[in-house]
Amino acid sequence: MEIIMSVAIGFLFMAAVYLMLSKSLIRIIIGTGLLSHGAHLLLLTMGGLGGQAPPVVADGVSVGDYADPLPQALILTAIVISFAVTSFFLVVAYRSYQELGTDNMEQLRGTDDYE
Amino acid sequence: MTMSNMLLFPILIPLVFATILMVFPKNVRMQRIVAAAGTLFTLIASLFLLVKVNNDGVQAITLGSWPAPFGISMVSDLLSVLLVISSSLITLFVVLYSFPSIGIKREQSFYYPAVLFLMTGVNGAFTTGDIFNLFVFVEVLLMASYTLIVHGGEKPQLRESIKYLLVNIISSALFVAAVAFLYSVTGTLNMADLAVKIPQIESTGILTVIAVLFLVVFGFKAAIFPLYFWLPGSYHAPPMPILALFGALLTKVGVYAIMRTYTLFFVMNTGFTHELLGIVAILTILAGCVGALAYFDVKKIIIYNIIIAVGVILFGVSQLNEAGVQGSVFYLIHDMLIKAALFFLVGIIAVLFGTTDLRKMGGLIKTYPVLGWVYLIAAFGLAGIPPLSGFPGKLLIVQGGFEGPQFWGSLVILATSLIVLLSVVRIFIYAFWGNPVETMPVTKTVYRQMFVPTVILVSFTVVLGVGAEFFMPLISGAGEVLLNPALYIDAVLKE
Repeated sequence: MEIIMSVAIGFLFMAAVYLMLSKSLIRIIIGTGLLSHGAHLLLLTMGGLGGQAPPVVADGVSVGDYADPLPQALILTAIVISFAVTSFFLVVAYRSYQELGTDNMEQLRGTDDYE
Repeated sequence: MTMSNMLLFPILIPLVFATILMVFPKNVRMQRIVAAAGTLFTLIASLFLLVKVNNDGVQAITLGSWPAPFGISMVSDLLSVLLVISSSLITLFVVLYSFPSIGIKREQSFYYPAVLFLMTGVNGAFTTGDIFNLFVFVEVLLMASYTLIVHGGEKPQLRESIKYLLVNIISSALFVAAVAFLYSVTGTLNMADLAVKIPQIESTGILTVIAVLFLVVFGFKAAIFPLYFWLPGSYHAPPMPILALFGALLTKVGVYAIMRTYTLFFVMNTGFTHELLGIVAILTILAGCVGALAYFDVKKIIIYNIIIAVGVILFGVSQLNEAGVQGSVFYLIHDMLIKAALFFLVGIIAVLFGTTDLRKMGGLIKTYPVLGWVYLIAAFGLAGIPPLSGFPGKLLIVQGGFEGPQFWGSLVILATSLIVLLSVVRIFIYAFWGNPVETMPVTKTVYRQMFVPTVILVSFTVVLGVGAEFFMPLISGAGEVLLNPALYIDAVLKE
């Protein structure tokens, strides 16, 4: 199972890198979204995919049956952080589209006001 | 137990004050008073913490009183407390310098809360003893830095903040991936516990890969050689007080994280990882030197000097001997203070001329002689002229290099010191000598409000340099913990 997940995560990383290397800003932001999906799934996979029961204490479930709770907590933290950063990034992209009138990264080079 | 909570105050005080500041954004007077009070209290708390750490050794608590590897440990050794003091001091002066220079409009739109949240993140990152908690604190300071870099919404700021955001999102995703790999190999996230578990692992190959991945992650933050490309453009965009805050603090968090991980637990294959770090550090210095000489823009010159200093500090760390590590600690603290002071100074120069282009400046020594001589002292301090603070650190780093395996690195550092000196003296020659150029009308009060914090900050380079003997016990204490991880591990895992 870990192998399949690793391949899927690798595909997500590949797609993310491809999108982030494109010219359009919105594609880049979609790329960062895929990148954080990949990172979160990697965290889940690297914690081990053993354990059948969700990590909630319940009757009749022994300790060995629980999934590792730590990666789930880490992912939850990483998800809200990347959610906040992505929403900020989207707003900055929107504002710069209004102000600068382009979403083409080629035209956003910083060479006009200093050498 | 209650007394050991002291190491949380430098994190909690700015957090509480920042939250209070969000209630009344339009009242500029109150914003200023509360922000200055918050940073001042943080500084006082961190000074008390220094006394505590100096007397009783490494301070560690685990949040919620869970036993050590299971909860989040916060650890304050001499290195982290010295960095917390430096960052609190710099933030205080940045707040004071912002009063006359940042502008009412920015002050009314949550400028000071963002500065204090940045301080929370920086102090937290210096104090944490948990690798994932370090990620969270780094995100706290990055999020505050995102708002500050785009704050005001000018066109260059918007353009550069997109790049800054993108680079940091990528490096944060890599940080998560690196933590995931480290967790799968070791099964723990507590730094002290990692330092215990990593030597027990037989296959060092995968750990070396993770160590290099962490070097990439923190290298993005610290702007080391191939990963520094985002820094000159991004740092050029925001106004001067924000730039001073970024230049003094943000890259130093990355440097601290490399220092911590590469002395505490990634020491299983030093022949590869630390040699790589040494080579990368030297290349960083060379890349910074090229930029520092290439530009006629005062901001750019100092920005490239940040990159040079990052290389110098990391070279000292990579040698892993007493002189090198002590030199790195000394130079790190010196560099935080002197970079803030230099940005303040070039900020005043840029305000007086109304431009950052050196070729449009000249003759300032006739009208502002004190500013000129203070700038010259700061420039000599940066280059490491003996009575000033750049000297002891660089001397120890060079000595560490000669004792260590990479003596040629020391030669590069000595040679590039001349380039550093040349780059900053060029500002002095262009701005202060030559034919006087008409300056902008700046009122006496505004000038004084900008100049006084600057002079005090520059005076620290004299104090730190002349009084090096007085500060050396603290520096060597910090170096001792870095070289003997057992001191750190015992303090955290004592129960």
